[in-house]
Amino acid sequence: MYSPENEDKIDEYITHYPVKRSAILPALHIAQIEHGYVTDDDVKYLAQRLDMRVNEVEEVVTFYSMYSRKPIGKYKLQVCRTISCNIAGCEKISAHITDKLGIKVNETTPDGKFTLQEVECLGYCDLAPVLQVNFDYHEQITLARTDEIIETLK
Amino acid sequence: MTKVLTSRFDLKGEACDIDVYLKTGGYEALNKVLKEFTPDQVIDEVKKSALRGRGGAGFPTGMKWGFVPKQSARPKYVVCNADESEPGTGKDRDLMRWDPHLLLEGMAIAAYALNGAPNNYIYIRGEYWYIIDILEKAIAQAKERGYLGKNILGTDFECNIFVHPGAGAYICGEETALLESLEGKRGHPRLKPPFPAVVGLYGGPTVVNNVETLTAVPWIINNGGEAYKALGTEKSGGTKLFTVSGHVNKPGNYEVPMGYPMRDLINNECGGVRTGHTLKGVIPGGSSMPIFTPEEVEKATMDYESIASLGSMLGSGGVIVLDETVDMFEMCMNTIHFYKHESCGWCTPCREGTRWLYKVCERMKKYEGKSGDIELLDDLAGKILGKSFCALGDAAAMPTQAMIKKFRPDFEKRIKHNFVQLTAAD
Ligand SMILES: Cc1cc2nc3c(=O)[nH]c(=O)nc-3n(C[C@H](O)[C@H](O)[C@H](O)COP(=O)(O)O)c2cc1C
Ligand code: SF4
Ligand code: FES
Repeated sequence: MYSPENEDKIDEYITHYPVKRSAILPALHIAQIEHGYVTDDDVKYLAQRLDMRVNEVEEVVTFYSMYSRKPIGKYKLQVCRTISCNIAGCEKISAHITDKLGIKVNETTPDGKFTLQEVECLGYCDLAPVLQVNFDYHEQITLARTDEIIETLK
Repeated sequence: MTKVLTSRFDLKGEACDIDVYLKTGGYEALNKVLKEFTPDQVIDEVKKSALRGRGGAGFPTGMKWGFVPKQSARPKYVVCNADESEPGTGKDRDLMRWDPHLLLEGMAIAAYALNGAPNNYIYIRGEYWYIIDILEKAIAQAKERGYLGKNILGTDFECNIFVHPGAGAYICGEETALLESLEGKRGHPRLKPPFPAVVGLYGGPTVVNNVETLTAVPWIINNGGEAYKALGTEKSGGTKLFTVSGHVNKPGNYEVPMGYPMRDLINNECGGVRTGHTLKGVIPGGSSMPIFTPEEVEKATMDYESIASLGSMLGSGGVIVLDETVDMFEMCMNTIHFYKHESCGWCTPCREGTRWLYKVCERMKKYEGKSGDIELLDDLAGKILGKSFCALGDAAAMPTQAMIKKFRPDFEKRIKHNFVQLTAAD
């Protein structure tokens, strides 16, 4: 289902715990890295691989905010909206991305490249405002820097 | 000032390499413990140090370790809480990315103190993906050199550490929700008691400790519990790493002794309140904690007792500094949004209460608050406080009540009737 390297990673994760099911969170991250979101097939496949029921996997996927059950953009632009970023002007960053890409929060560009999200505290409050693109952090972000980042990904 | 936690921060990541870590005194404490200490002696040393948990609750660490039964039919576990999601907090991030071996060493010592815990976990928030890499590399190096794995330093002590990524849920920082999540389930908190020290991960006795708590342990072993305690105050031993964010000239992570004046932290370490501006309030321990007025800031010292005596809590040590440009109603609404979003939905007061609070805020934001809305917010918060299944409910209620009490004019403006009057008078 996944690249041999990622299949190995899942196998390796399973060895870390006394029960297979414990590997579900890392395995779902891997599924998402491969497919961009958690597909129906991912759910079925991981259920079978980790001795879980399909609904048990669904239950987990829907609880955690980093997983998506629907297709989203190749690049998730995640603007932190919480207190320290709020007073550092994160709303302007969001608004700027909206203008630039023509998408509102939780929307994806028609080419499937970018999704804009507003997320809660990313643990970089001392370096606010923060933009996380997929797993990459960009701290003390400015409008100009936001433009640069988006241009390099276009 | 003595650096217990941040002595390798200036190396900006070079200490991720085990050779650099060893050259700067790394793994000496583990060596010492294995050669000279019984598990109980380790616990005694930590008790003497007056080290208290840095995850938020400030529970005495030595005492927590002492609760774990020495013999147990099920395996024991040390679980490091690296979920770091309390708004205002980014200290565990730097501890892990600048000095990962220090955490591994602290965990190994904790596992030894429990009289053996062969498999242990670092539960790290999924957003810190790049730090997982750093930790896994450090673990592999430590294993290769015989500081982790089987037969550590030629003894029969075994300690493995695995890194487990979370996936975006503040509630998984709550220790029992964390254990549920680690077992592959939704992160709903468990009923306490039994406490994790008795029935924890996979039913085994489990110590859950914050990253910063565990990273303080090697210094305590190397220098003695008394010496650690002497760095801080009688009841709050040692130093603490504070994340200072918001309106200061130099935000960042600063390690200072417990009992350090809050004013000095802001003025000396952080270069003062943003130039040209005046202080309006400070949240002392992450967004869950009641805010201080400038008068309270003058009185506060950075230790558990002082902050508590002024009616707030040291929490995670996330210090958020707010200047006069800030509208406290907006801060309150932003905070409520966070807890509404992060409520796990398990119990009614928190799930419904946070939504209702937010609803009231929504009309107030448009300056359309009804008369009585401020009292309604306060009353709703009071109905969540102490009546929720876990402390997340309290974390939503406490800051709301404090902001209303201390910055009421910012809320009054949002009531429609008042707004009309105010503008008419202008
Ligand atoms: C809603 C909630 C969130 C929490 N988040 C964290 C967290 O992100 N990191 C942490 O170390 N402790 C967090 N805690 C505290 C833990 O439940 C637990 O007390 C702590 O990990 C124990 O470690 P310590 O004794 O070393 O502080 C949280 C508690 C609650 C109620
Ligand atoms: S207080 Fe909130 S977070 Fe805690 S169990 Fe209840 S609903 Fe869940
Ligand atoms: S508030 Fe944005 S990173 Fe913490």
